[in-house]
Amino acid sequence: MANQKKRFMQGNEACTEGAFYAGCRFYAGYPITPSTEVMEICGTRLPKVGGVFIQMEDEIASICAIVGASLGGLKAMTATSGPGFSLMQEGLGFACMTEVPCVIVNVMRSGPSTGFPTGPSQSDVMQAKWGTHGDHPAIVLSPASVEEIFHETVRAFNLSEIYRTPVILLYDEIIGHMREAITIPEPGAVEVINRVAPNCPPNEYKPYDNKLGDIAPLASYGDGYRFHVTGLYHAADGFPTNNTKMIEDAARRLLRKVDDNKERIWKNEEYFLDDAEIGIFAYGVSARSAKFAVRELRKKGIKAGLLRPITIWPFPDAAVEEMSKRVKAIIVPEMNLGQIVYEVERAAKGRCDVKGIFRVDTEPIRPIQIMDCITGAVLALSEAKNGAKPPVSTMTEMMVERDMIDG
Amino acid sequence: MGYRYELRFSGSGGQGMITAGIIIAEAAAIYDGKKAVQSQSYGPESRGGASRAEVIISDEDVDYPKATSIDAMLALTQEACTRYSKDIKKDGVLLIDSDEVKKIPTGEFKIYSFPIISTARDVMGKEIVANIISLGLITEITRIVSHEAIEKAVLARVPAAFLDLNKKALHMGFEKGATLSPI
Repeated sequence: MANQKKRFMQGNEACTEGAFYAGCRFYAGYPITPSTEVMEICGTRLPKVGGVFIQMEDEIASICAIVGASLGGLKAMTATSGPGFSLMQEGLGFACMTEVPCVIVNVMRSGPSTGFPTGPSQSDVMQAKWGTHGDHPAIVLSPASVEEIFHETVRAFNLSEIYRTPVILLYDEIIGHMREAITIPEPGAVEVINRVAPNCPPNEYKPYDNKLGDIAPLASYGDGYRFHVTGLYHAADGFPTNNTKMIEDAARRLLRKVDDNKERIWKNEEYFLDDAEIGIFAYGVSARSAKFAVRELRKKGIKAGLLRPITIWPFPDAAVEEMSKRVKAIIVPEMNLGQIVYEVERAAKGRCDVKGIFRVDTEPIRPIQIMDCITGAVLALSEAKNGAKPPVSTMTEMMVERDMIDG
Repeated sequence: MGYRYELRFSGSGGQGMITAGIIIAEAAAIYDGKKAVQSQSYGPESRGGASRAEVIISDEDVDYPKATSIDAMLALTQEACTRYSKDIKKDGVLLIDSDEVKKIPTGEFKIYSFPIISTARDVMGKEIVANIISLGLITEITRIVSHEAIEKAVLARVPAAFLDLNKKALHMGFEKGATLSPI
């Protein structure tokens, strides 16, 4: 690491470093707060390494451009925020259906619509899974630090190349604009995976030939391979089909690509979870708040612990199931009015209480809110044990004390 | 158990509060070998509007990136002072611009007052270095980063043509900071 020096940088900058490290050579986008730095840096640096940067007319065009670039053989990325991400949904579905690897960064701000541009939010977490229509695979990563954004961006490209599917990098404005120290690894220190190219002659190539497995090799346009790409259900050669059996097989296979490999895609961090009586499930900046709360609660003798999903889709059912068997309650702080909390409740299957802490005033959930919620839950549980009161009902929204700031 | 030192720089957009936050965080994280996180909060305007940067310095990894109980805060405008000074902890530090902040908040913290903006404008000749003078003052008053580290961090962040000016501004802050006592 001799010549790799420690640098102090923003989350959005670390995202571009991760992209360049992974070999991204194409960026198309339309600027939008709070993701614009990703675009600015790509605009400055990509041309210097022989890459291509285009500012498109809008986000619809941006995602279409990266799909096209990826079919041309380049690793490609775009970055946006809620309003742009909404516009990208059709193109995202097209990339899922046509199985084109690409990376879409969504730096979440307050919504719906143009909302509050400079305010952080975590309210696109369900959109990232369900925004585009039809059953489709979703891989969504939710880093929570500058260094993790770097590594998760590299992993986003890797997963997208392995599974021939778009991968979404989802983080909030605070994580995107926050600055921390990071040492960018030497080339070769972190694994970079490239797509599998066909080894057959061009006239025998079928882009969706799944005789040998669910993920077929992908040729690059320009390398002599001619093939058809369509958002309609298609046969192995890429041309549309109305064969009902083929349609069902393709629909099931698309989901299977992620579902059969979820153990390889899942990635969680556990913090004091081993002996926890109260679990927290939190991602992004809310997880950082939760860590602070866990540390402080442990000092007071309250056994709190954190499960932090780094891969948020596919949802970490197994980890939540495991946690729900050991804890008495799971607290889910998120900067929306209740989204991933329902997934946690689904995976917990009634084995423990699940309680959300929601906040949408564009301020982050403070550690004290999580601490108060857990202290309250512990109290309610002990009262229930003594027969004083029934246990706290699930899904009670914590009333949030407004911050003194702006209050 | 490690410590957690919280700083808040507040003023209006365009006064370099976010830059000041970045510089002191960089001084801690890169040149003093500590851990630091810098975050910010700003409105849609590029000039005007309340702006604040927050820096958490520690000897271990910083989890929550925003201020919870502030050790030291700078306020360059009355609005920023009124809105943001309530989270300062007991015995904490508040540094205000004496020309701008007339309604002085009450609390169990030490208040230091100095004509930062007018010194930048009238003595240094450039109002834009008010944030660098502030960094000198804050460093001298709190000693949360070393003088060497903050100087290296300032010089690494400012445009080459203005190295001397910024160095002078920083040292002005050191000198004036040494003479200040809480009001």
